[in-house]
Amino acid sequence: MKTLKDLEEIRKRTLDTINLRKDQSGTRIVVGMATCGIAAGARPVLLAIMEEVEKNDLSDVIVAQTGCIGMCKLEPIVEVYRPGEEKVTYVKMNPSKAKRVVNEHVMQGKVVQDYTIGAEE
Amino acid sequence: MKELSLHILDIVQNSIAADANLIDIKIVENLAIDKLIIEVVDNGRGMEEEMTERVKDPFVTGRKTRKVGLGIPLLYEACTRCGGDLRIESEIGKGTKVICWFKHSHIDRAPLGNMIDTILTLIMGNPHIDITYLHIIDEREMRFDTREVRKVLGEVPINEPQVLSWIRDYLKEGFNSIYGGANI
Repeated sequence: MKTLKDLEEIRKRTLDTINLRKDQSGTRIVVGMATCGIAAGARPVLLAIMEEVEKNDLSDVIVAQTGCIGMCKLEPIVEVYRPGEEKVTYVKMNPSKAKRVVNEHVMQGKVVQDYTIGAEE
Repeated sequence: MKELSLHILDIVQNSIAADANLIDIKIVENLAIDKLIIEVVDNGRGMEEEMTERVKDPFVTGRKTRKVGLGIPLLYEACTRCGGDLRIESEIGKGTKVICWFKHSHIDRAPLGNMIDTILTLIMGNPHIDITYLHIIDEREMRFDTREVRKVLGEVPINEPQVLSWIRDYLKEGFNSIYGGANI
């Protein structure tokens, strides 16, 4: 049984790490979560990204959500903003592609060209 | 949409866009009268009564970037093709209530699907909004309230990975209890 007591333990454990996270400006990963994105499968993509971020303990990565950016037929869309670099837009994503983007682009700085909007066009 | 939980994720975005900070989601599965009811109530800015009917039309939207909005129209279609309907009640400055229902056993009714992922997605993207969830199946029910979680967490954000993972397990237990251990 999950109890509020477990939550209290989590609070104690994470207090230190959140203070670390506050003053870091790391990578932002943004997932489109409007009607078009959701219908195309954005929810599992977002959850796969979160899972990968958590698994690799990427404490300076922020995962955020946005609305429709007007390219509905290319959804699910994921944008990656690495500090000091140009934004990369990935299109027609799925959970396994998303994991690859986290592993190669977010963690190693290598853009996964095949999935970018440039490759699609 | 393949799951009703995806429709819910979608229409809650309307509440978020309306600056709500409390969103109540309620699902009632009443097998005796063969009905599945979904209710989303928010304390956002609300809309004029005239607008509550017009939003069922895909070519009506509150946003300014383009002229279509499909969230409510898609859900409305899903209900009406399953012997149900959708109604919106709203008051400016107070909030909006979307209530819709389906014939539970209708062959075209999409499964409720993964409500856990919908709730987690909402919390992840909107850590400052409170969400309550109530799910009733005949005489069984489960409840979840982010305000209770927040009370324990204090200054720890609710979208911390470890907290989300606790919420996932907590919800899993809740669903197991109302579905009698069957997989959902």
